[in-house]
Parts: sequence; C-alpha cells; structure tokens
Amino acid sequence: MTTPTLAPEAFDALDRRPSATGGSVRLTDEERAMADGAQGDAVAAAMDLLVRYGDILGADRLVPTDNVCGASIYGPRHSRVLDTTDPVRLFSEFSIDSPDRLDITPARAHSCQLIGPRDHLNWELQGLSAATNEEITRSEEYLASIGVSILNTCTPYQVGNVPMRGEHCAWMESSAVPYINSLLGARTNTEGRESTAAAMLTGRIPYAGLHLTENRYATHLVTTDIPVETMFDWSVFGYWMGWHLRDQVPVVDGIRGPVDPIALKQFGAAVNSSGDVELYHMPGVTAEAQTVEQALRGRAPEAALRFTRADFDAVVEHLNSTATGDDIDFVMIGCPHANLDQVREVARLLDGKRIKDGVTFWIFTPSALREVARRSGWVDTIERAGGKVMADTCPAIGQFVPRGARRFATDSAKQVHYLPPIMGVEGRFGSTAACVDAALTGRWAA
Amino acid sequence: MSDQVFPAKELVAGTATGPVLLCTSEIPGWGGIDPKTGNIVEVGHPQRGRSIAGAVLVIPGAKGASGWSGQFHIAKLLGNAPAAVVTRNLNTKLALGLAVIGVPALMGLPEEAYASLHDGAVATVSDGTLTIHAVPAAAAG
Repeated sequence: MTTPTLAPEAFDALDRRPSATGGSVRLTDEERAMADGAQGDAVAAAMDLLVRYGDILGADRLVPTDNVCGASIYGPRHSRVLDTTDPVRLFSEFSIDSPDRLDITPARAHSCQLIGPRDHLNWELQGLSAATNEEITRSEEYLASIGVSILNTCTPYQVGNVPMRGEHCAWMESSAVPYINSLLGARTNTEGRESTAAAMLTGRIPYAGLHLTENRYATHLVTTDIPVETMFDWSVFGYWMGWHLRDQVPVVDGIRGPVDPIALKQFGAAVNSSGDVELYHMPGVTAEAQTVEQALRGRAPEAALRFTRADFDAVVEHLNSTATGDDIDFVMIGCPHANLDQVREVARLLDGKRIKDGVTFWIFTPSALREVARRSGWVDTIERAGGKVMADTCPAIGQFVPRGARRFATDSAKQVHYLPPIMGVEGRFGSTAACVDAALTGRWAA
Repeated sequence: MSDQVFPAKELVAGTATGPVLLCTSEIPGWGGIDPKTGNIVEVGHPQRGRSIAGAVLVIPGAKGASGWSGQFHIAKLLGNAPAAVVTRNLNTKLALGLAVIGVPALMGLPEEAYASLHDGAVATVSDGTLTIHAVPAAAAG
C-alpha cells in the first residue's frame, strides 16, 4: 500500500517548459517522459488527454493521485458505435480518447470501477441477451486484468474505498463526489470517464478546482425554515439546493435533528442532479469547516437562501411532474446503491407480504452488500414477497426497465430526475415506505 | 446589417461555422442529450427537442451527471457533436467534454454579443472571436 497523496503537498520539481499543446499545464520531468512515450503509447495518450483537459481548465500543473474511481465497462451501447467488441479498442477510444488500439499498461494508481451496465447474476431480468452478457463479462475481465477493482457501485465508500481527509482523488459519479468532498473531506472534482481512465494509467489529474484549498470555502449560506429529518426530506432539500445554487459551495446552517450517512448519500445525489454542488459544508457534520464563519472564511455570504415549505412542495411536485396517473408497474429502490440498513428496512416492510401481480420490485445495492444481505436472510425475505435484490448497475445507467414498464415509483430524487428522459417512463417520487406500499397495491397513494 | 465580430477567451482553438442553438439553461450530458440524434432530452429543459448536432452551441454551462463527456464522446463518434461551443461558465464536465470532442470553443463573450445572438443566426467561431453573420435577405424572409 502506498501512502495516499495528501494536500497540501510538496511539489518543487516543476518543469517550466511549455506543454505540448502550448497551454498552461507544466509537466514535471517524469510526467514529460510519460507524455513522450517512455511508458508506452497508452500512458502517452492518457497524458495528452490530461494536458488538453488541464489547459482548458486553466490548471498550471497536474497533481499525483492514488485513488481513482471511473467507469470503463462497455457493452453494446459503446461497441455498436465502433462496430467492435474488442475490449482494448473500446478502452482506447472511450476511456483514453484515442482512435488507435493502444497497448494498455496496468493501472498505476489504486483504481476501481463505479456502477456498470449489468448485474452479473440477474442480467436476464434486465432483458440482456447471452451474447451481450458475455460481451460485458469480457470488458469487465479486461478491466480487472489491468488492475482495476471491480466494485461496480456508485457508492465505493460503502464497500471499502473510504478516502482520507485531504486525499487527492479522481472520482466521477455525481452522487459520490459531494459525499467524499463534504462528509470525508477528500479532494476531487467531478471527473469523467476519460479523465479517470487517464488518471488510472498515469496517477495524475489536473490540479484545479476543488483540489485547491482556496476553492473549498463556502460562498453561500443555506438555512431551513422547516425540519429536515427523514431521508425523503434530505432528498427534497438537496434537489432544491442544487436547483438554486448550481455549482456554488454552500454552508448549511441550522440543521436540527438526526443526520446519518444514508440521508447524506441521498442528499448528495439530489444536489448534484438538479445542480452541480460538488462540496457543501455542514458544521458539526462534515469534515472541514467546524463553524459557519470558518466555512465562509470569515466573509459575508454572496447570498443567503432559506428553504421553506413552499420550496419543499414545489420540488415534490416537479419530481412527480412526468406522471399522468397513479397506477404503478415498477418500483425502484437503491439510488444511490442502498446500504445494508436500507435493504434490511425494505425486507422488514415486505416481510410476509406479496408484491402485486404485474408490479416489478427491484432494490439495488453493491454486490458485496448483496452477499451480506443474502447471508442475513434479507434477500430471501424480499424474494419471497416477489421482489429482487439487484447489484452492480441501475436502470438509468444500464438503460433498462422491466418489459412493458410505463410508470415507476422511487425514493430517489436522482433516479426520478434521470429515468424519464433516458427510458421514456413516467416517474413517481416519495418515501421508501410509500414506494413499498405502491409495490403491494399497484397504486401510488402518497 | 453587416457581420458582427466579438472577442472572447479561446478555450479550444479552431474554426467552425454553424447555426446558433441558444440554450437558456445549462445543458446536461447524461440524461440531457441523446447522442444518437443530438437532441436535448432533459425533462423541462427550455430547448428540449432541439438538436446540438452541427450547431454553434451557446450555453450558460454544463451541468448534471459526470457522464457528460461520455455522452458527448458518443455523439461525436456518431457525427452528432456541435460544430462549436460558446459558454459563459466552465466546470470540469464541460472542460473534459471539450477536450474530448475537440471542437472550437469560446468563453467570456461580451454581454452585448448576447443581444445579437438568437436561434437561427449563423455564427463562426475562429481565433478567439465569434462572428455573427449578417442574415441574407432571402433567408430572413
């Protein structure tokens, strides 16, 4: 295990030569050698991408990273575009942005795969063919062969990848980014497929945005007039905040009552669906600022926002706006991937009951947690009620819904934000209990 | 009316011309565009149903999930990338997306330029400038 790269770090050996593109990123001698091909054409292409990206961002250098989470498992959606299922060619184009079939070297940084396109056990339920399943298996095995851990979840922090405070990371996944920046105090920008893959191969990412302390202070103050207590409240609150703040850094003050990691997992997913809040401060809860003044660096906020009952109602109405009726034929829980408490709670709500005929009930969790849930008896309880515990993927990412599904219910602001435009279904959004109730009755009563 | 030329910060070098698609709200990638058609698909987006393909895409910025660059990457390979991008704001999603699609891009257009920018105008992005072309009489009718 190498030492995590922590901020602020010593970094003296800057190469003052202009970078290959004439932009602003300066490379160290080691990075220059990588860019020049000393470690093969894949590392060179990855470095070229990072420099192009860093130049646009206005970064003056790269920063070492040893914790990278990306998304490089490919199926037909990508192979169709290139008319090949060759995993090396797919990785070269879609992960490294190279039209050539590169000689891919093993990941240099500790790397893991985020949520992917397929549940390795329940792919038939997704409607995938055996050929597609094999294609995705091949892509996944290839990724593992270059040293990427196949965690296959949008919540790596629930299954062992818990970054340290100050650790420079290169993560994508819009719900995970605010979680590790805020709750854990790690440092990452919202990366994408190509930048994370380039970071895996090089152990570098542009030194910009939230890697710099100066960009981590709050500019906006957020308070609430109404209690924010349940997971549902937190989802609504987050969606409202993202809507108004876009990409600002807020400090949230005046939260009373319980806050738990599940609520903040849902909150982060919501805030980064309606907007792009990648970091928030909540003194006493989050890792960095201990007071509102500290979060604001002693300055007055640029703006102060207050969450009201009317705001709450407006968000709930908006997130139910695609629904033209109350019949439900699909219920989806677990976006972001459910933690064990959520799986146990759903098992408790379904225990001894029967999901209505014609309704599909799926709860999604990391495959590692599904195994624990299975051994705990919860998978069995959910399946006896007619539901299914799914892993590795989700409907929005894998682009699937049960055959014929027209209107779904979910407890996730993120899933109800994304699934209607992606899959053409209508969506209902409510509490976990309301969703389970809809599964039992086939009707939305919330 | 003659061509109007406005200076701006060059994010990606190059020259391209196309019809202006003026987005009045940030554009998402994943769940925001359909790369197979280039159409904007986000529920409630003011320009939903319009296509980015071949357009001089004028946006306040990029928003949403981190699959932004991935969606634009597929759109590029399917021939549905915009011809050029003009943005007010820059975040990592847009920066990476621009690095990947590689089309000419500008930021920081002067405010008065926006008064002349409208859908259907034809514009050219080149060498750190945006040119809004005079509308030929026939096309204007």
